[in-house]
Amino acid sequence: MQQETLPLDPYNVIITGVGGQGNVMASRILGNMLSRKGLSVTIGETFGASQRGGSVMSHLRISTGSTWSPQIPRGQCHLVISLEPTEAMRVLATYGNPHVNVLCNMRPIHAIGVISGDQQYPDLDAISTWITELSEACWFLEATTKALELGNPIFGNIMMIGAAAAIGVLPFDREDFEAVISESLPAEKRSLNLRAFDMGIRMVQSAG
Amino acid sequence: MSAILKGKEGTRHLLMGNEAIARGALEAGVAVAAGYPGTPSSEIIETLAGVSSQQNLYVEWSVNEKVAMEVAAAGSFAGLRSMCVMKQNGVNVGSDFLLHLAITGTRGGMVLVPCDDPGALSSANEGESRHFARMLEIPLLEPGDFQEAKDMIKWAFELSEQIQNVVMVRSVTRLSHASGNVVFGKLPEIEKNAFFAHEGPILDPIQGPMSSLPVVYKHGQQQKKLKQAVAEFEESGFNAYSGPPVPELLLITGSACFLYSKEAISLLGVEDRVGLLKLGTTWPLPPKLMEKYLGISDRILVVEEVIPFLEENIKIVAAELGPKIGPHTFFGKREGYLPQAGEMNSDLVIAALSKILDLTYEAVPQAYSARARELSGAGVPGRDLTFCAGCPHRASFWTIHNSLQMDGRQGFVCGDIGCYSMAILPTGFNTLKTLHAMGSGIGLASGFGKLAQFGMEQPVVAVVGDSTFFHAALPAVINAIHHQADITIVVLDNSGTAMTGFQSHPGLPVDAAGNAAPAIDVVNLCEAMGATVRVSDPFDPEKTQRTLFELFEFQGLKVLVLKQICALSPEKKAKKMFEVSVDENVCLGQTCGCNQLCTRIFKCPGLNWDNEKGVSSIDEVICVGCGMCASICPSGAIRKKEVA
Repeated sequence: MQQETLPLDPYNVIITGVGGQGNVMASRILGNMLSRKGLSVTIGETFGASQRGGSVMSHLRISTGSTWSPQIPRGQCHLVISLEPTEAMRVLATYGNPHVNVLCNMRPIHAIGVISGDQQYPDLDAISTWITELSEACWFLEATTKALELGNPIFGNIMMIGAAAAIGVLPFDREDFEAVISESLPAEKRSLNLRAFDMGIRMVQSAG
Repeated sequence: MSAILKGKEGTRHLLMGNEAIARGALEAGVAVAAGYPGTPSSEIIETLAGVSSQQNLYVEWSVNEKVAMEVAAAGSFAGLRSMCVMKQNGVNVGSDFLLHLAITGTRGGMVLVPCDDPGALSSANEGESRHFARMLEIPLLEPGDFQEAKDMIKWAFELSEQIQNVVMVRSVTRLSHASGNVVFGKLPEIEKNAFFAHEGPILDPIQGPMSSLPVVYKHGQQQKKLKQAVAEFEESGFNAYSGPPVPELLLITGSACFLYSKEAISLLGVEDRVGLLKLGTTWPLPPKLMEKYLGISDRILVVEEVIPFLEENIKIVAAELGPKIGPHTFFGKREGYLPQAGEMNSDLVIAALSKILDLTYEAVPQAYSARARELSGAGVPGRDLTFCAGCPHRASFWTIHNSLQMDGRQGFVCGDIGCYSMAILPTGFNTLKTLHAMGSGIGLASGFGKLAQFGMEQPVVAVVGDSTFFHAALPAVINAIHHQADITIVVLDNSGTAMTGFQSHPGLPVDAAGNAAPAIDVVNLCEAMGATVRVSDPFDPEKTQRTLFELFEFQGLKVLVLKQICALSPEKKAKKMFEVSVDENVCLGQTCGCNQLCTRIFKCPGLNWDNEKGVSSIDEVICVGCGMCASICPSGAIRKKEVA
């Protein structure tokens, strides 16, 4: 197998969101695509109580060498894939650095503190400005809105993976995605997932 | 066929730590596996259950961890390789049997796999199973990565057969619930024949009866077995050193902390100053190996999670070896270089190393981190834990809470472990007032229910989940009935072990492998024991409240079973019962009942408050259509329409 190259080694990705957004599934698919390329992949994730409406992060460590720890150290994230706007900010506060790339789905999910009126959800334009200031490059996508057009908001996670393919920092493409889902998903579910992946690619192309 | 079986020898796969452990057991030819669900351990039994028919395994979700250990031990006594799996609390539950088992010994290889949860990421405690290995005098192994998780399990079976005793392989959340690359070994083709030989003399470990008697003799035999294990540990490839021949500092670690330590050394660039001794065989420590490495540096940092278990054991060895290796300076938890609570990570190791080696480390420019913290601190709302949209528990606690308030005698609710533990938080209206181990709510209620003679008049309620009811609540229920404690038990029956992923339990008509199984009915069971029993649907708050008040009138033990399937269950997911909407013209907003009752008090994540219009709204992405908010809206502005 030809050895893939990475912009940095290990290359560190955080997929973040809120419990129920399909974050864990997205990290498995991304991890599997890269592992099939012969890369060493470690994924750290938190399940359980934090799943219930809490913030959920998956840490991916991608390397041509050995296994890295399942938790990215402070300030060492290279790509944030955020399924929810404020979650991107939460990740940047701990793991961000001036060279980080951010892909952010702009559909808010209100925490119960916001629903109850005890806290305010920030203005979306303000969040975009903050993320722009704290990153080297960023893309703001309407993945959930597009996913609803496909019939289920859960496709937002696959669109974000498609978007990650389009920015070209990691060695995977549509063929790799198709190969991984053909192993893990029943045939009738594949075409919608492929469409979601393609829509993610297009969202980045039209944003850029 | 499952990927766990399909992979050929020598192929490389991305596996969750728990899947790697399951694959290791399959490569060892395991025949019997039993456990009780508990994060982060559950996927081990699930994975094995999924392949049980192809591999001729017997896999069960036992009623609790003690029974799981007994079921697994039966397999071992009959000559089969067996495994039992649980989260850290489970070892406490099973320890009574384990103490006997460890003295008795085993026949077919038997491996105990506890998965600890340092940092309590999914637990109500961060207790540790490692101490049990020392207390029970059994060997302890701890994998340092995903490949080792698989390989170590296989070796543990061999070691168990060699010493004829149970071997503990301890995992942690960051291995069990993380994923990494694993190269598969061979799946054996072996015949699995069960026969329990018991007609030999009492002292014959292979042909005789299995017991801890005579205790002092068997205990001595057990300690000889442990010495045999130590001899194996001296040569084990799971212990490895990397670094200079004579380092300035020796870092000793194991488990997931090995990966954090390796990364910390790499980020600080101190590979030429710090030696890294990674131990996989962590108890008892092999003295020759320890002599060799404690001899290369007189400064030692021990990196491990929570209590300084490894550190204390190393200090004992260092004291014993003192005349040979000279005095050592330790930098560890007892000296305050690392915390004794919470999980470990690379940053904590970096901080400890920086302090010891007098280094400064800046992960990112100071200006960046200050600005990032400022922006997120000012603008990002916290995300408190909450019951899911459409969770039956929110509805149950709404009614229990309101009923106790209306009753007015300062009644309270005792709880235990499950998603419903969150009722101690605002999402459950702070209804739970005690929260301890599985089944403890009913045990405490049983005690509170006997305090009337000292003037206590408060109504006592206990809640318990359906799986927990069978696991640990039954003896407490029997105790309460027998002693005529005046209490009301609410069984929150959501048809599965929901918190850990819908594993089966004895109340369901299906077993771990998906086969039909006789279900034990909670209502019949409680009635047979003499309780007054009622059933209601938590999504019918009026009937539920009426029933609760009716039960409060009876003396003795009352049971209310609230039946409604978990919103995340495979049967229910993606199937809305109702389309829910808000009639903006009817919604009273801030002038409603107690000011935005639905969003301010009930606060289901499927609701939103529309600041501009001053009315409530439904979040179509989150709402699962349970219709409960329509039942509580005082003005009838929230409408529900049945989905055809």
